[in-house]
Amino acid sequence: MIYEGKKKIWSEYQKEIPDDHYFYVRSCIRQNFFPASEKMFLEIVRNRLGRDFHETEHHTTCGGIAYHSDAIPQETVMTIIARQFALMTEAGYENYVASCITSFGLYTETIESWKHFPDLEAKIREHLWKTCRKEFKVPKYLAHASDIIYKYRNLIASKARYKLINVKTGKPLRVVEHIGCHYAKMFPSKGVGGAEYPYVLAGMIESWGGEIIDYPERRHCCGFGFRQYLIKANRGYSMSNTHKKFESMEPFKPDMIITNCPGCPYFLDRWQYVISELEGKTYGENGYGIPVFTYEEVAGLVLGYDPWDLGLQMHQVAVEPLLDKMGIQYDPSMKYKGNEGRDLGMPEMPHFLKCC
Amino acid sequence: MINFGFTLSPSSRIDLDKANKPDFSRLAEIEPDILKCMACGSCAASCSTVNFGKMNLRKVILMLTRGEEKDALPLLETCVLCGKCTMVCPRGINTRHLIISISEAYKKAQKTERK
Repeated sequence: MIYEGKKKIWSEYQKEIPDDHYFYVRSCIRQNFFPASEKMFLEIVRNRLGRDFHETEHHTTCGGIAYHSDAIPQETVMTIIARQFALMTEAGYENYVASCITSFGLYTETIESWKHFPDLEAKIREHLWKTCRKEFKVPKYLAHASDIIYKYRNLIASKARYKLINVKTGKPLRVVEHIGCHYAKMFPSKGVGGAEYPYVLAGMIESWGGEIIDYPERRHCCGFGFRQYLIKANRGYSMSNTHKKFESMEPFKPDMIITNCPGCPYFLDRWQYVISELEGKTYGENGYGIPVFTYEEVAGLVLGYDPWDLGLQMHQVAVEPLLDKMGIQYDPSMKYKGNEGRDLGMPEMPHFLKCC
Repeated sequence: MINFGFTLSPSSRIDLDKANKPDFSRLAEIEPDILKCMACGSCAASCSTVNFGKMNLRKVILMLTRGEEKDALPLLETCVLCGKCTMVCPRGINTRHLIISISEAYKKAQKTERK
């Protein structure tokens, strides 16, 4: 590609991210999958970066999981979203941050739909008033939480205690970045770098010292796909997507995977166990898997938080080989201890996938 | 092994790095027109023997470019060399001659392998 041309295209996919004062909404499934990620995000942006992030206990799911599973119609999901916007308006905020990629995609889809179909917006306003007696303003600015970490990636790097560097060899860690499909594939101009060259995670990896791996199936879906997974008979299709990605990235010997979606880290992590039980195959070094992280977890590791406070014991694939590579100090005996040292019990070990 | 109630689907991935490039390159030297094919399928649509076998020149060319000659060559077995496909080819490829060249080139390669 001609460099000037690339630069021009690139400029069309840049995003202005406001500096402060955000209304934050959590994901409905993330807290079950990787429970410390959202807590760590708020801890980093509020306490380490000193930014204003407002959260309310009254917000609900965005409805995306039911919408993409064909369980509820679009008008219902739009009314749920309108209620979230009403909560933001009541709290006096204009910048809206979603923790979930699907929520971010759905909020973008809704706002764009309302721009093209004002009658639909009026109808949703009426629905919201009838059901909740609430009114709302459309957010002035919509961001995904990974956009915020991307914006502050260099600030985080300046406060970093560890880098994405192998302390034994001194070489950068080889990192696979995986972007959730709903981040920019539906509305390329709404994501940093668009759909083909999303830079949101790549920027973080570069700033924190890692090396990005470019492999053939880099932009392939993780396989979650909602209805593919929810129906048991279709799960083979979901897993085959993940399998395709792993087969493609395996020759590049990645040290870790970073994702920015609720479903992707879960499926890239758990399917490694299922594939190992079905095929007897593992993708990491010495019988281990490739550890999969959310970007908040990686930011937390870089800033020096305790791995077990980050919830890394909830991962199926053992994270210890990566912690050793980064030179992070941790207490193995505390892995399955809860608050105040309470014993959480040891999980059953897989037959093929090596875990610590 | 655990029975999860679902399994991996067979991969549809085509690894072009594993394609049989030397034999295809040799064929393209004898019959450079094969590179002109745009896979429109006119040859397959006009084929007289299609009801009696699996002859499909479009498919054969595609499979040869992917290095799948073991599956491709048996498809040519029912060809009667009538030349109808040559008459309809929009790229002007002498498909009748191409079929003969494919058979010769790959059979020669197979004989060399056996030796």
